[in-house]
Amino acid sequence: MGKLKETILNPLFKNNPITVLVLGICSSLAVTVELKGALVMALSVTIVTGLSSLILSLLRKTIPNRVRIIVQLVVVALLVILVDQVLRSFEATYAIDKQLSVYMGLIITNCIVMGRIEAFALGNRPLPAILDGLANGLGYGLILLIVAFFRELLGSGTLFGIPVLKALGYQGNGLMILPPMALIILGCIIWIQRSIDKELQE
Amino acid sequence: MEYLSLFIKSIFVDNMIFAYFLGMCSYLAVSKNVKTANGLGIAVVLVLAITVPVNWLLNRFVLQPGALAWLGLKFAAVDLSFLSYILFIAVIAAMVQIVEMIVEKYSPSLYSSLGIFLPLIAVNCAILGGSLFMQQREFGNILEALVYALGSGVGWYLAIVTLAAIREKMAYSNVPAGLRGIGITFITVGLMGIAFMAFMGIAL
Repeated sequence: MGKLKETILNPLFKNNPITVLVLGICSSLAVTVELKGALVMALSVTIVTGLSSLILSLLRKTIPNRVRIIVQLVVVALLVILVDQVLRSFEATYAIDKQLSVYMGLIITNCIVMGRIEAFALGNRPLPAILDGLANGLGYGLILLIVAFFRELLGSGTLFGIPVLKALGYQGNGLMILPPMALIILGCIIWIQRSIDKELQE
Repeated sequence: MEYLSLFIKSIFVDNMIFAYFLGMCSYLAVSKNVKTANGLGIAVVLVLAITVPVNWLLNRFVLQPGALAWLGLKFAAVDLSFLSYILFIAVIAAMVQIVEMIVEKYSPSLYSSLGIFLPLIAVNCAILGGSLFMQQREFGNILEALVYALGSGVGWYLAIVTLAAIREKMAYSNVPAGLRGIGITFITVGLMGIAFMAFMGIAL
């Protein structure tokens, strides 16, 4: 039981896919202008990593080693298409899906998904595999939401579209909305995490 | 002239790294020294220049709504665009494999310097992102798609080589302990991104 708990908790903090393993940066920064988009992205990635880990863990004994990358890509691509189609079919999420544009499709090449399949799912039983996938998705989502929180709050003065600082007369800081600030905020999060947990320092 | 403008724009203004964060994982992992960064950068330019035009053809004649009209009127209403993710990634994986085989056969020296990067590239977001942006921007002809791919590739190459050069120099500086390694790299990329924003609004 202790081991399963570790599988779930490790990816959230100590082994966070973004800040420690530096995986999945590609899509994570572009969708953090607003909390709403970040939340949808985080949930989609969690579902895809969880299910793809489960499916490939079930298939792990039948896939020949040489063609495993192609098999992984096909499974992940199918899951992403499903998630994308589901998001498109509801009015509330359709606009967000449009706004996420190509980054939805880029979940396929998100290094977290492939990385967890290669490193964990192919060598473990289905239950730990799905937990590991979900936990890594959540670890990714956590960082995504932190970055989005600061960018939306300081950039436009709102949270989830509700005026917070804006109501106090705050003028949005346009720089926070621009791409480079996402990188700098992420750099600061890493700095804070590594100052607290000295073991992670290089 | 139009093509030149598109080329310059995709290198500097719509830079894959600084404006869209595409291919970040390998960008951060393989930028520790200029030599390997150079190899990966060239491989990305090459693969983008092949896969984007091929995927343009696929999009134009198979995937777009009404793209199958050349098969006959019956097919004119078919919309296969929901298949684009899976077909694009299949084309990319296949093309990378073919390029790897060709390079291995005809230029062993190039293979030994590029070889290890080619399989990595199949799962590089910059490559799939290039094809998805091509689809989203609805380029009118294949030449435009090729110019866009070359421009984006060169932009990515430029970004990774400059970051590698900065990181080589940074090895000699005294960075705060918690920021050492990946933390300072993120902040450096952010500052480079702000510098690249100077190109915004350039019209040719």
